[in-house]
Amino acid sequence: MAEATRRPVLGNALVLFGTGIIAAMVLLAAFASVVAPYDPTDMKVADALKRPSLAHPFGTDRFGRDVLSRTIHGSRIALGVAISSIGIALVVGTALGLLGGYRGGTTDLVIGRAMDVLFSFPTLILAIGIAAMLGPGLDNAALAIAVVYAPLFSRVVRGPVIAERAKEYAVAALGLGAGGFRVVFRHILPNVLAPLIVQASVSLAYAILTEAALSYLGLGTQPPAPSWGTMLNEGRTYLETAPWMSIFPGLAIMLAVLGFNLLGDGLRSALDPQLRGR
Amino acid sequence: MRRYVLLRTLSIVPALLGVSVAVFLLVRLIPGTVVDQMVGTEGSYSEESMRALRAFFGLDAPIHVQYARWLGAVLRGDLGTSWRTGMPVVQMIVSRLEVTVELTLAAMLVALAVGVPLGMLSARRENTGLDHLVRLVSLFSLSVPVFWQASMLILAVSLWLNWAPAVDFVSLTRDPLRNLAIIALPGLALGTAVAAVFMRMTRSSVLEVMRQDYVRTARAKGVAEPGVLWRHALKNSLIPLITVAGVQMGYLLGGAVITEEVFTLPGVGRLLLWAVFQRDYPLVQGTILFISALFMLSNLLVDLLYAYVDPRIRYG
Repeated sequence: MAEATRRPVLGNALVLFGTGIIAAMVLLAAFASVVAPYDPTDMKVADALKRPSLAHPFGTDRFGRDVLSRTIHGSRIALGVAISSIGIALVVGTALGLLGGYRGGTTDLVIGRAMDVLFSFPTLILAIGIAAMLGPGLDNAALAIAVVYAPLFSRVVRGPVIAERAKEYAVAALGLGAGGFRVVFRHILPNVLAPLIVQASVSLAYAILTEAALSYLGLGTQPPAPSWGTMLNEGRTYLETAPWMSIFPGLAIMLAVLGFNLLGDGLRSALDPQLRGR
Repeated sequence: MRRYVLLRTLSIVPALLGVSVAVFLLVRLIPGTVVDQMVGTEGSYSEESMRALRAFFGLDAPIHVQYARWLGAVLRGDLGTSWRTGMPVVQMIVSRLEVTVELTLAAMLVALAVGVPLGMLSARRENTGLDHLVRLVSLFSLSVPVFWQASMLILAVSLWLNWAPAVDFVSLTRDPLRNLAIIALPGLALGTAVAAVFMRMTRSSVLEVMRQDYVRTARAKGVAEPGVLWRHALKNSLIPLITVAGVQMGYLLGGAVITEEVFTLPGVGRLLLWAVFQRDYPLVQGTILFISALFMLSNLLVDLLYAYVDPRIRYG
């Protein structure tokens, strides 16, 4: 699969552009302490609500904190929550999808019904419900996002697993004495990797949006941590007097989400032969 | 058709039961019990008082008994009583339903009105500069958080039009014009966020249909291109949109929570947030169950509509 897909993936401008945005964001997050001109939580009340200037290119907030530094450090939280939550969702969802698809019968029915129940909730409502019950905070928001998106991975994997399990190579591997675990991970999983990668990329975009939404509503990252959603929440009251408090974190969210959306879109059309050229 | 309607309608029952179990268990995620949470900040209680409180909330019974009691009440239309206001949860939800339903429908209208024509245009001019532009705009639109878009809309109209969104909601039946003026901006903010999804779906669907044999036949018979598009391709390419509309209802209902918060609209979504911060668990539970049931019902309606429009579904 890798050989067949390498050229279209690399040759796809969307993938390259999306990857560029993501790479820039990862670098900013990794070197935030070096790149950011100020400490993101350092308050200087005398500098409160200053317009964008050379000293503060994105202006300052109501506590005189540098919006640029907070936006740069915000990428750490956005990426951290997105990667950890989608990582958990990917592992748990894929495991459930593999298990249900491979075992079939009652196992598949029970897992399928549980996933259907989670799909019956509007995503943000379920995330709000879980985050509210666990209590506001970064870890709980990440857990809520993981629960909300795990069914997506389960559904993406289950169908192909059922199809692959019936194919000759899987039956032959079983016939040669390979265990079910080995057949699933060694033979079936590599064949369902393409849709999983696309789903993971798009889900990272959703996760950034969901974390921002939860933090905006006061259920995610708590002040003074510089989450983009929290910054937008703080900027609400000053929308007309200090719009820079809202404009820049919002642009940062948009760019990050755009990066993952472009990557997901490009990967989808590169990995799905039917979509190539569309 | 009648058989399909009956079977599809009945299929919602186990799903609703599953959702009720999940919502019931959701409140059990709280560290400790709701009683511990409630009294935790309000002084010390004797063990006897705590036991009495647990008994009052029915927490002394085994969990399956608690669920059966709760479900029995829900089936009788009783979602419990709000701890903070003492009012029935159902009454609180119903009094705010108009705002949420109106906002969601307005957003859906905006999404369809913007997304479908743009998608058709994009497909019609496939691989031209215009097509690339529309697709790029839709990708940007998919990446914008709805609450930021709403804030920027407020900022734009307040700066350029010197106009601030109204604070007090007025019912559509009381003053239709004022109501529309209030709901227009939130509807626009929420709707444009979904328009991109409709645009992309319409584009790919129209492109798919335009490659079908019957379209080629129509062209071969000499039907002019606009006729091919409007009379032959459009109807069939719009069918998948019905499904997308159903799925997007979930996004709109979730987005309504955040849009109501930004525009301070007194809808069910804002009631949910208020309940969350007041730790009013019966209200949280009731609101989430209500919104999810609304989502499932709208999906049911969409499926039935789909079967009505596409005979292959009901006879399949």
